[in-house]
Amino acid sequence: MNTYNVNEKGYYGDFGGAYIPEMLYPNVEELRQSYLEITAQADFKAEFDQLLKDYVGRPTPLYFASRLSEKYNTKIYLKREDLCHTGAHKINNTIGQILLAKRLGKNRIIAETGAGQHGVATATVCALMGIECIVYMGELDIKRQAPNVARMKMLGAEVRSAQSGSKTLKDSTNEAIRDWINNPVDTHYIIGSVVGPHPYPDMVARFQAIISEECKTQLQEFEGRDYPDHVIACVGGGSNAAGIYYHYLDDPRVNIIAVEAAGKGIDSGESAATSALGKEGVIHGSKTLLMQTPDGQITEPYSISAGLDYPGVGPMHAHLYRSQRAEFVSIPDQEAMDWGLSLSQMEGIIPAIETAHAFALLDERKFEPNDVLLFNCSGRGDKDLETYIDYFKL
Amino acid sequence: MNRIQSVLEQDKKLLSIYFTAGFPNLNDTVSILKQLEASGVDMIELGLPFSDPLADGPTIQESSTQALRNGMTTDKLFDQLKDVRKHVNVPLIVMGYFNPMMQYGVERFCQRCQGVGIDGLIIPDLPVDVYHEKYKALFQQYGLLNMFLITPQTPDERIRFIDEVSEGFIYMVSSAATTGAQSSFGDAQADYFKRIGAMNLNAKLLVGFGISNAETYEAATAHSKGAIIGSAFIKHLEANGADSVSDFVTQIR
Repeated sequence: MNTYNVNEKGYYGDFGGAYIPEMLYPNVEELRQSYLEITAQADFKAEFDQLLKDYVGRPTPLYFASRLSEKYNTKIYLKREDLCHTGAHKINNTIGQILLAKRLGKNRIIAETGAGQHGVATATVCALMGIECIVYMGELDIKRQAPNVARMKMLGAEVRSAQSGSKTLKDSTNEAIRDWINNPVDTHYIIGSVVGPHPYPDMVARFQAIISEECKTQLQEFEGRDYPDHVIACVGGGSNAAGIYYHYLDDPRVNIIAVEAAGKGIDSGESAATSALGKEGVIHGSKTLLMQTPDGQITEPYSISAGLDYPGVGPMHAHLYRSQRAEFVSIPDQEAMDWGLSLSQMEGIIPAIETAHAFALLDERKFEPNDVLLFNCSGRGDKDLETYIDYFKL
Repeated sequence: MNRIQSVLEQDKKLLSIYFTAGFPNLNDTVSILKQLEASGVDMIELGLPFSDPLADGPTIQESSTQALRNGMTTDKLFDQLKDVRKHVNVPLIVMGYFNPMMQYGVERFCQRCQGVGIDGLIIPDLPVDVYHEKYKALFQQYGLLNMFLITPQTPDERIRFIDEVSEGFIYMVSSAATTGAQSSFGDAQADYFKRIGAMNLNAKLLVGFGISNAETYEAATAHSKGAIIGSAFIKHLEANGADSVSDFVTQIR
């Protein structure tokens, strides 16, 4: 059967694989050989499910947004990942990976973070398990995201400044990878998105797949069918999208829509719309679409939302784009910010700016009255308050 | 016979030096190559700078950033090297990450390498399996050897596979680390050098990462065919300028 999921060699169509220095081979190979087996074990599943329920607060609600639905004359459902502990879907993955790391006998955790959400989610699960945690964060991001830096420190993590390159997310990822090269035996690297060498994209997608698994049950209750007509999510690296698409990837009844950050406009030179601007290449161990110069140097993306400014996308999304399984749309800063306000005032939900990008699709597309739209409301806006305050002069 | 293979057959320990093309100044590349040859080094690795060199420590990262800032590109490197074989006879290896080669076109890249007289490539993020499956025939067509890395953590079985695929030398990474100079080696490294030496591999071994002076060069070559110095040389260029190459080489041996 033709599937949009990963194949046994770690590829999604032409994308994926493990383009890693030999120094990382033993670590990545250990994960590759064990992740399916460990995550299928009954005690792993029981502990994972228990923590998702009691600690993260799952299942998260599926909410029928009546005012929005009325305004746009269609049926709009929000999967409330913003209600997860720590404020976003990120923790689904860090819970899964910390349990895996424990079973692999690792006693030191490293992670990269851009806006700090994944760093906080990692620091949280490390505190939960009593494991040492080091988070790499670009020097510039440390200055821009002070509250999340403070959260990580309160949770007991050490935040290390990535000083190389452009001093942002891609550089913190490089630094985390270098740390792993230097500490190959005792350390597990918790990657925060569906990026990196195989098996990371698949592993992270599986941990996030709980999102669409719950949607199936919840939609069945609301609509008498377990699938939507359209499933919509924002894509930076793409982990919240991978989670809400996962159980619908091979269901032709479901139209998949990915919303990227256009920044100041696709042609402005300050954008993060990887599908439109990226070319095939290798970043952080994965063959995917990425933004780069004609000479193959990786460029720095821009979005007002710190969680979407990654120069690549996960290989699953590169494949969904190239195979035309998913529609890709990009939304500029201004529309996303306006939607941050609209969602707040129409539904009483202040979204993360990343999440607001997805909703802006409603002004771009016309949907039928009977269409069922499933949006991933991936994160809450607390972390973005300062940006909202500056932008709207609140 | 490829120049790399010829030099590996010589009855002596080899010194190979790495530097980043376009560093410290854009047009220093050829001058540094000539000085290295005149100083008696046996092989030279020329780094193609990359924005995100994840196997490299701070010294080589910074030299890459500087080279890119100087305006270094893949085309410029080949232009700088167009007459290099009139002046330089030692084997030349291009060391670079895979993404710039992909964008240039892997075949076109190999073709240009052959055109200017490059003998081999080291591509840290092109895994041996992918090379073996997809690119080996292409590299062979253009007379290029591809060198692979092993580390203290590489399983024996994989070392045997790498040995089988290797036509040049095996690049033995001295410790679990990114690139960077160390002032001495410990017992763990000596044991590792001995352990690999005792595997009686077909390919010759060159030790790299952490070699900075006569002492570490001696230790590294006691159980191998030679050693590769990168970061320590870059630091020297940084401190002493691009005309000071022979001062560095004479300190090593």
